[in-house]
Amino acid sequence: MVRYAYYPGCVAEGSGREYEMANRAVAARLGLELVEIEDWNCCGATPGHNTGHLLGLALPARNLALTSDMGLDVVAPCAACYNRLVTAQREIACDPELQVLMGRLLGRDYRGDRRVLSMPEAVAAVGAERMKALTVRPLEGLTVACYYGCLLVRPPAVIRGDDPEDPRLLDDLLRGVGATTVDWAHKTECCGAAQALPHEEVVLCRVRRILEAAVTSRADCIATACPLCHANLDQRQARVNRRFGTDYRMPVLYFTQLLGLAFGLNPGELGLGLHFVPTAELVRKIA
Amino acid sequence: MDVLVLSGRGQEFANRVSLESGQPVQQCYQCGKCTAGCPAASSMDYAPHQVLHLVQLGLEEEVLSCRAIWVCASCYTCTARCPCRIEVARIMDILRARARRKGLHRGQRAALFADLFLDSVRRHGRLHELELGARWGLRTGQPWREADLAAGLVARRKLRLRPPRIRGVEEVRRIFREAARLEEGEHG
Repeated sequence: MVRYAYYPGCVAEGSGREYEMANRAVAARLGLELVEIEDWNCCGATPGHNTGHLLGLALPARNLALTSDMGLDVVAPCAACYNRLVTAQREIACDPELQVLMGRLLGRDYRGDRRVLSMPEAVAAVGAERMKALTVRPLEGLTVACYYGCLLVRPPAVIRGDDPEDPRLLDDLLRGVGATTVDWAHKTECCGAAQALPHEEVVLCRVRRILEAAVTSRADCIATACPLCHANLDQRQARVNRRFGTDYRMPVLYFTQLLGLAFGLNPGELGLGLHFVPTAELVRKIA
Repeated sequence: MDVLVLSGRGQEFANRVSLESGQPVQQCYQCGKCTAGCPAASSMDYAPHQVLHLVQLGLEEEVLSCRAIWVCASCYTCTARCPCRIEVARIMDILRARARRKGLHRGQRAALFADLFLDSVRRHGRLHELELGARWGLRTGQPWREADLAAGLVARRKLRLRPPRIRGVEEVRRIFREAARLEEGEHG
């Protein structure tokens, strides 16, 4: 059993509920103990750093301080939360004055000494061998377009590890459980993110291009690790069809839902019935 | 033809943006790579490389009241690809903050969205998605625009009805207050 502090993020209780379900179920299967940070707060997401530099750092910093108190490394499954936590930690670490300032802003001891992991990183740390051993229903015959979006890979000076233009972490994980993943050009193309409400036209145009690229690459589904990407690609897919006269029916799954299926977990427990674009046909293909 | 007079005041603005962002704005040589990769460029009045050019020229009013800085999705593609290693997205952040301090953000939809989002966080410590959606609809005068999605979310129990509440909500409010006070003091 490996223990991590766990930062679910605000949508885990709402629009990203199925990601939370799948993460918990897969973590349990992998022997990861996720200890939710008590009394965590919102990281501020894009509106936070868009509004004020200090606000954009201090909101995630409170959660980092709580993590240090727990003495555990922290897993942040939402790509946006992960990005804000890592950004705050790196930026504060480079500036001793800022570190003192954070202590004052938070009214807490800020150390920023624990590692922040994304969900794919935490899963990958379990090791390919163990993943293979747990796979009871390999995803053979399933072709997946892994979609990383922005915040898991950029900016490269802050988010390190994977190639910012051609990341492979999700591809490696899903290939490890038997899926085929496609080489496509839209792995890291932005979906428009938080502009869904203020400037929906940006999101609809972007989502259309991403869906078209996935179809062209002959993928059966898109896999993601970001609730914001998921919301845009899944919830707004019908609007894209209405707006452009298209007929996309591309299931968009969280990568942990696909891993869960490979581990023999049942679709209901992985929240596969909670998507807007139906996934039942895809699930039948695997089973 | 309009004549553009580049004054010392213009230089001062460019220098302030460079200093505040830690980015060498003057080193941008207008290659346009940021714009080529920008997901929102087609909805902008000025493309990202033009925003940088406005800063270089010191056209403060023009750049702080443009739509482009608010259509930016903060995806960091520009930052990742700039051959001069200028963190363009960081400059966008600085420009938005400056626009706010001068009240030039009013009427920008993304600024309103950020305000409502953060107001929810200030009140509860975490985002209440339903509240944000409802207030957005009311404030933009289009309360039913997102109704189909909201209904779909409710049917799947993916929209929490009751607001979240954390014990440390006062701490979070204090962060908001103190951060605003310090930023104001710094930039007066």
